[in-house]
Amino acid sequence: MKFDTPATTNPIDQLKVIGKPTNRIDGPLKTTGLAPYAYERHDVAANQAYGYVVGSAIAKGRISSMNLDAAKAAPGVLAIVTAGTAGKLGKGNFNTAKLLGGPAIDHYHQAIALVVAETFEQARAAAALVRVEYARSKGAFELAAALDAAIKPPAVFGTEPDSSVGDFAGAFAAAPVQLDARYTTPDHSHAMMEPHASIAAWDGDKLTLWTSNQMIAWSVGDMAKTLGIPKENIRFDSPYIGGGFGGKLFNRADVLLAALGAKAARRPVKVALQRPLMINNTTHRPATIQRIRIGATADGKITAIGHESWSGDLPGGGPETAVAQTRLLYAGANRMTAMRLAVLDLPEGNAMRAPGEAPGLMALEVAVDEMAEKLGIDPIQFRVINDTQVDPEKPSRPFSQRQLNECLKTGADKFGWARRNAKPGMTRDGQWLVGTGVAAAFRNNMNAPSAARVRLDTAGVVTVETDMTDIGTGSYTIIAQTAAEMMGLPLDKIVVKLGDSAFPVSAGSGGQWGANSSTAGVYAACVKLREAVAQKLGMNPLDAVFAGGKVKAGRRSAALGDAAKDGELVAEDKMDYGDLAEKYQQSTFGAHFVEVGVHAATGEIRIRRMLAVCAAGRILNPKAARSQVIGAMTMGAGSALMEELAVDKRFGFFVNHDLAGYEVPVHADIPHQEVIFLDETDPTTSPMKAKGVGELGICGVAAAVANAVYNATGIRTRNYPITLDKLLDKLPAIA
Amino acid sequence: MKSFTYERVETPAAATAAFAKTKGARFIAGGTNLLDLMKLEIETPAHLIDVSRLALDTIEPTTDGGLRIGAMVRNTDLAADARVRRDYGLLSRALVAGASGQLRNKATTAGNLLQRTRCPYFYDTNMPCNKRKPGSGCAAIGGFSRLHAIVGASDACIATHPSDMAVAMRALDAWVETVDGAGKTRSVPVADFYRAPGKTPHLDTVLAPGELITAVTLPKPVGGTHIYQKVRDRASYAFALISVAAVVQKDGSGRVALGGVGYKPWRIEAAEAELPRGAKAVTAKLLAGAKPSHENAYKLPLVERTLAGVLAQARG
Ligand SMILES: Cc1cc2nc3c(=O)[nH]c(=O)nc-3n(C[C@H](O)[C@H](O)[C@H](O)COP(=O)(O)OP(=O)(O)OC[C@H]3O[C@@H](n4cnc5c(N)ncnc54)[C@H](O)[C@@H]3O)c2cc1C
Ligand code: SF4
Repeated sequence: MKFDTPATTNPIDQLKVIGKPTNRIDGPLKTTGLAPYAYERHDVAANQAYGYVVGSAIAKGRISSMNLDAAKAAPGVLAIVTAGTAGKLGKGNFNTAKLLGGPAIDHYHQAIALVVAETFEQARAAAALVRVEYARSKGAFELAAALDAAIKPPAVFGTEPDSSVGDFAGAFAAAPVQLDARYTTPDHSHAMMEPHASIAAWDGDKLTLWTSNQMIAWSVGDMAKTLGIPKENIRFDSPYIGGGFGGKLFNRADVLLAALGAKAARRPVKVALQRPLMINNTTHRPATIQRIRIGATADGKITAIGHESWSGDLPGGGPETAVAQTRLLYAGANRMTAMRLAVLDLPEGNAMRAPGEAPGLMALEVAVDEMAEKLGIDPIQFRVINDTQVDPEKPSRPFSQRQLNECLKTGADKFGWARRNAKPGMTRDGQWLVGTGVAAAFRNNMNAPSAARVRLDTAGVVTVETDMTDIGTGSYTIIAQTAAEMMGLPLDKIVVKLGDSAFPVSAGSGGQWGANSSTAGVYAACVKLREAVAQKLGMNPLDAVFAGGKVKAGRRSAALGDAAKDGELVAEDKMDYGDLAEKYQQSTFGAHFVEVGVHAATGEIRIRRMLAVCAAGRILNPKAARSQVIGAMTMGAGSALMEELAVDKRFGFFVNHDLAGYEVPVHADIPHQEVIFLDETDPTTSPMKAKGVGELGICGVAAAVANAVYNATGIRTRNYPITLDKLLDKLPAIA
Repeated sequence: MKSFTYERVETPAAATAAFAKTKGARFIAGGTNLLDLMKLEIETPAHLIDVSRLALDTIEPTTDGGLRIGAMVRNTDLAADARVRRDYGLLSRALVAGASGQLRNKATTAGNLLQRTRCPYFYDTNMPCNKRKPGSGCAAIGGFSRLHAIVGASDACIATHPSDMAVAMRALDAWVETVDGAGKTRSVPVADFYRAPGKTPHLDTVLAPGELITAVTLPKPVGGTHIYQKVRDRASYAFALISVAAVVQKDGSGRVALGGVGYKPWRIEAAEAELPRGAKAVTAKLLAGAKPSHENAYKLPLVERTLAGVLAQARG
């Protein structure tokens, strides 16, 4: 099916199942520990051996010698895989650095060997006996020091590095009110609960990988390329994923090394990346340095807006697209954005939840707050004044839906914004300085082609098969809701099977495109199934009404399952997209409101209240969507206050590479969180009329926190995370 | 992890005897620190002597009005003990400010005193670290040292001791009781228990190999207002950037010990004489000669401000 004209009324609009706050259908499995994660698939292959990964001890250079004798002789060892033994390996399209390094080393903890043994403990003990000598070479590890050598990178996923409209320099210089400020965001780690983990088994030249992966088809293709075998010989299976946040979009060392280890050991091998290895071995959100310039008239109209961002990556890598939202968020006739990329020999930078917008808004939405203050205009009002209903770089393109102002106003009412004292440092609660802040949330909507197969059996049960993944987002549930709505069934008559590369290729989970795209694919397949059912029952598909497990046309009525009495009915289709996303700018919007307390003595910052108002198309399942948003708000709070990979500029690695050192929020850090979804349907996005929320929820949170800290203390912090050491010397003296 | 042998002992004498018999032996109590270190081969004992079931798990009054806390009393039980809560509130508060509920259920009094530093380079066996591997250098000096010591450090090591409990015990003038292989017992003030890093940062304490901690004793209660203020980047489940343990009397006199600033809980009795003159004066004496790194100079004002807040709180 091709979606190339805005949706009209369709069966989804009945909203009997879609749009209802529905518990996750995989919830009981998750909460009782019965949903098997990759490393726990003990039943899928007999005789599984254990692999343990050895990571490089240097950041850049070469392995000069590797002595495996002691490791090989250790108890239980079955095989050792290194670049030397693995044979010729290709590199996947989505990896910048090789997943198995050596002799050349590209980054710290790059995998250089896998030790396979009978037990995990034996593999771990033997791995410690691998003796490696290195020849270190000089690397570049500091973004601030590499700026001068930064280059203009090629376009990333269609995003050009530069944009320019009107005369930015002239308009900025002429603006009566100006802001020119520099912001920094640090490297972030996905730090998901479930580590990257895989089990591999070969059957002749056929390889099966039970793994934890967000994008099945991409990863099958990359694995084929890396191993130099046909795609058809590889099967991925990833039904449950314990968090990914972009860290599992692509293959990582676990899955490649499991495959190589299983080949070498001639039996199934399982590998989980050790937690202390994960942070440097896998990808991270790259640090940025951003410069924002805004010029406005005295009455608050933006006349010039400029946003530049510098980030670093390994040679061949890409930039963090931190200026992306600035091209679209606010009006202003004269505009410029630019991204520059420096070569850094740190681990590979790549996508993490809302890549681009998350760090971009950390800067932009503080700049907007600063500008509002300079103008003496309430920050909500300043945003409202500069709203635009069209793409400000290409005014012929309207936004398909844009309710940013409504988000801000609804939130202001609910949060009690009117009671706020705009003057910083004025509100006190015991030892705490209290302040509130606001920021806009913005994340683009992306649609991706997505296919599904649906099967109807005589019992009237519909089974959906698609290689879509559920990374904790609720894909199982919204897909079941979609099929139930389309086929007129209750949820318990729907079975959803995901994550298997044997199923039709879906959009996968990433870029918050999963919910709308994958359900649209299921919609397409269900339209076909409805036709097949009607035909089988001798009804006109256009007249057939699917409801309550029955199909009715005129006076005729039959149980849905009757259509399958001569055998299962199977339908498969894929949703493809026309050019609606070019004609309309499809984006999701929100507003974050935060209240913080800053301890007057210690400078510790604790969040007291959080509210998000989101306008993101049809909300398929408000309960699952709320979970996505509160999780994202939590992550945003982490990026505001504590998350930072500490770079050792001499050794070239992230020092705090475990969950003790890389702090993410705990329960005690997160107060009550409230989420409001505005009523919205977006007929330009798909027949589901939905968009994504999983990434919108993090966008702007950190800036709202930073703005609240400013309101509490009068201290402006432009460098994240906002830790107490950045406030201390400016806090008022303690009596 | 290296393979090791294991035995469980029933009496302190059996524990020390077992130690003498086996090369490379170590005691293990709750295991919440030692096992993590063994998995990373930072510690590589050949033999573990499990002392967690020794009958050293009671809290008894002493003849001079204090308390004797068995070495195997769990952190949870110690924090919840009614006498501790009434008379040594500082200790109870310091304990619950540490780790998590699950960890405190396992962690013991002795193990807590002997937990090792949380310096991230100590945890990464690819990195030079004199504490882990004597003579290899110190990666923290000139590196990521935001969390490190500002006082008492040496050119060989700038690590801090991470215990919260020990800071309260130092402020309360606790003593550590031990027994060695020959059956000889001794009692060491917490004040003298930790060794300055000097050129030998691999030696954390004055304990001799095989010397077993049997108890910690607290002198009789000193009254006053007890405040343990732990400062950290996240609200829970994080080690202290710094902490202040204070006992403040009605007349303004009192005691102050600091966590997170040095290789041991940091207390200088002479500084306490400055208490009536306020936090600035106390801090100046407490942290005289401080040598912060390029990343942790913030700890100096942080200590002063936190102490000022604590004193204000104590005044009510
Ligand atoms: C995630 C995490 C967070 C934490 N957060 C904090 C925190 O915020 N604040 C804090 O203070 N602590 C914290 N801790 C540390 C925790 O308090 C210690 O791990 C615990 O107290 C150690 O006690 P244990 O009985 O488990 O010791 P073990 O691990 O069993 O032993 C520790 C050491 O003591 C030796 N030992 C044990 N008993 C004796 C004895 N009787 N005589 C002689 N030697 C002995 C062992 O040989 C070993 O060297 C944290 C730990 C973890 C894992
Ligand atoms: S500070 Fe001490 S523990 Fe840390 S690296 Fe240096 S020697 Fe090792």
